[in-house]
Amino acid sequence: MTTTKSKVVHAPKFTDGAEFRIPTFKLLKEDGSLYKSAKAPDLDKEKALRIYRTMVTTRILDERMLAAQRQGRLSFYMQCTGEEAAVIGSAAALDDNDMIMAQYREQGALAYRGFTIDEFMNQLFGNELDYGKGRQMPVHYGSSKLNYMTISSPLATQIPQATGYAYGQKLAGDGHCTITYFGEGAASEGDFHAALNMAAVQRVPVIFLCRNNGYAISTPATEQFAADGVAPRAYGYKMDVIRVDGNDILAVHEATRAARQLAVEHNRPVLIEAMTYRLAAHSSSDDPSGYRSKDEEAAWRQKDPILRMRLWLESKKWWSEDDEKKLQESMRREVLETMKRAQKRPPPPLETLVTDVYDEVPPALAEQFQKLKAHIRKYPEAYPKSAEHAKGGA
Amino acid sequence: MTQMNMLQAINSALDTAMAADDRVLCFGEDVGVFGGVFRATSNLQQKYGKARCFNTPLVEQGIIGFANGLAAQGSVPVAEIQFADYIFPAFDQIVNESAKFRYRSGNLFNVGGLTIRAPYGGGIAGGLYHSQSPEAYFAHTPGLKIVVPRNPHQAKGLLLGAIDDPNPTLFFEPKRLYRASVGEVPDEDYRLPLGEAEITKEGTDITVLGWGAQMEVIDQAVEMAEKDGISCEVIDLRTILPWDFETVANSVFKTGRLVITHEAPLTGGFAGEIAATIQERCFLYLESPIARVTGMDTPFPLVLEKEHLPNHLKVYEAIRSSVEF
Repeated sequence: MTTTKSKVVHAPKFTDGAEFRIPTFKLLKEDGSLYKSAKAPDLDKEKALRIYRTMVTTRILDERMLAAQRQGRLSFYMQCTGEEAAVIGSAAALDDNDMIMAQYREQGALAYRGFTIDEFMNQLFGNELDYGKGRQMPVHYGSSKLNYMTISSPLATQIPQATGYAYGQKLAGDGHCTITYFGEGAASEGDFHAALNMAAVQRVPVIFLCRNNGYAISTPATEQFAADGVAPRAYGYKMDVIRVDGNDILAVHEATRAARQLAVEHNRPVLIEAMTYRLAAHSSSDDPSGYRSKDEEAAWRQKDPILRMRLWLESKKWWSEDDEKKLQESMRREVLETMKRAQKRPPPPLETLVTDVYDEVPPALAEQFQKLKAHIRKYPEAYPKSAEHAKGGA
Repeated sequence: MTQMNMLQAINSALDTAMAADDRVLCFGEDVGVFGGVFRATSNLQQKYGKARCFNTPLVEQGIIGFANGLAAQGSVPVAEIQFADYIFPAFDQIVNESAKFRYRSGNLFNVGGLTIRAPYGGGIAGGLYHSQSPEAYFAHTPGLKIVVPRNPHQAKGLLLGAIDDPNPTLFFEPKRLYRASVGEVPDEDYRLPLGEAEITKEGTDITVLGWGAQMEVIDQAVEMAEKDGISCEVIDLRTILPWDFETVANSVFKTGRLVITHEAPLTGGFAGEIAATIQERCFLYLESPIARVTGMDTPFPLVLEKEHLPNHLKVYEAIRSSVEF
């Protein structure tokens, strides 16, 4: 049994799908004005400023924390730089109760939901206040109260999980959806295929948002896929798809708003491909000068999504040079002060090494822990972070 | 009490769990209206609807990724992998995701509701890819529980225990016993504890340990050994991870001898873990080397399956050698 009624031909006819060229949805020009035929988006001043402030905050946090990594204060860092509109614009189009399942370059979405600079810093430094109890590398954020699923390093694993999560939301019938973010490199993983196919078959309220930023570490998109980006794959799954200028905050927001409506009201999963550029290095362990030109980077700096939004806000008289200066200064100060505070806090207690593996610590693991404590008591100087914690008990 | 085979007991467990809790969902390849290639999910779709019991596309990494998401959302997924041999495409989702979900998030999120069912084991002319026993691959993964039942009563009680357990659990079903093993099973809800081995027969000369379909093999071997006047204590491990070393060690303190048997290959098999732990705990009590009777270090063969498998004669020989050491 097939699900499509296929036309019959009597000569071999091949097609490579080249006729499916997907257009790019744009509203805002680089000078901050709307395209002539573009409809002004439904975005009020308060929300627009919340988005803009979050974009600037994310940029400043990224710059400062990369510098902190370079100074050896932090083991690792990854920036969202250049992709703030794609991430924050889409998150802003959701309901706060919708689930976000991200890859790792979406700290802006978490900031938009209200994750504080303190909360970011606690995770980055893995101190006693980190929700993740210092177990994961920096930038692997999570927040249950903000419906932001904890990040994990294996690429694309969150994509079928998002399909499953959204299936549960559909059964619960509470009108919520899940958005999952991933890069164009992660879209080459098998989990991407599994997730989209399952979502389409089960009609699950999930939004797949691909940040196509041109590179997966050093691998350019031209070596990632031969097709016209990631978007055409949606046709193969019979899924609604849209390609959007990822540096255009208004287009990203509008596309996601409409996608959410399809997902929640009609149980139609949607693929959004946000075309953008990874302005920063892949991570603090990467140097892009080995695989791409300064000219290419400079050309994309002209398309900076934050600058474009600022010009739009200024054209509406919602933002000024003075507002910008104040925000920049206060954010820089807050980030620095918060960093100092977070860095001084003690690490999580020694017990967190063995808790949460299971709901309860199994007997064999409890034994390993007692042995470790005895060992640390014998060599306290070798374990400065936990010597104090190891003192009590047998 | 009803006379059931193992498949009927598993079906009864799923039915019981779905009736008790709307959040319980069963899905996998051919699990829906057809009721599974072994019929373990028979009638569940008819009874609970397509939303709670359904077919998935043929993609194991997708089935488990989907199940992880559902469990994180608060549902109670019971995902089926058609054969344990085909669980490997989902290895990443199980090992890097399911097992580490709670730990890595500091307990903000968990997939404790997740149960993965998969038929395992040989003896049915299944060749390389319908015979494997992959438990040891997963036993090296903190965060998972691994359970293997030996008969219908155990299957229902342990499966309900696994579904109930607040940790992701792999439930390997000995498919050779699906229809071969028949016994009395309570119709109502009952749970057997995870993490506890069961002494199925007491003895004084030697401890013989296994799990799943191998328990039947052990019983045959022990019957032969007892005719020779050897008193065997038989233990069904039931839970591979976290395993009940205390029950095994206490038995070996008494008998001074241990034979461990499993279908999976010897090298890296779970018997190695048990042997190392028991020699550490029971060093002064051991009167002979711990013996391992297992599948050979080969892929699982078709025609020479009987030669490959650790049958009752091989286990009997190991018992004798140990006692005569």
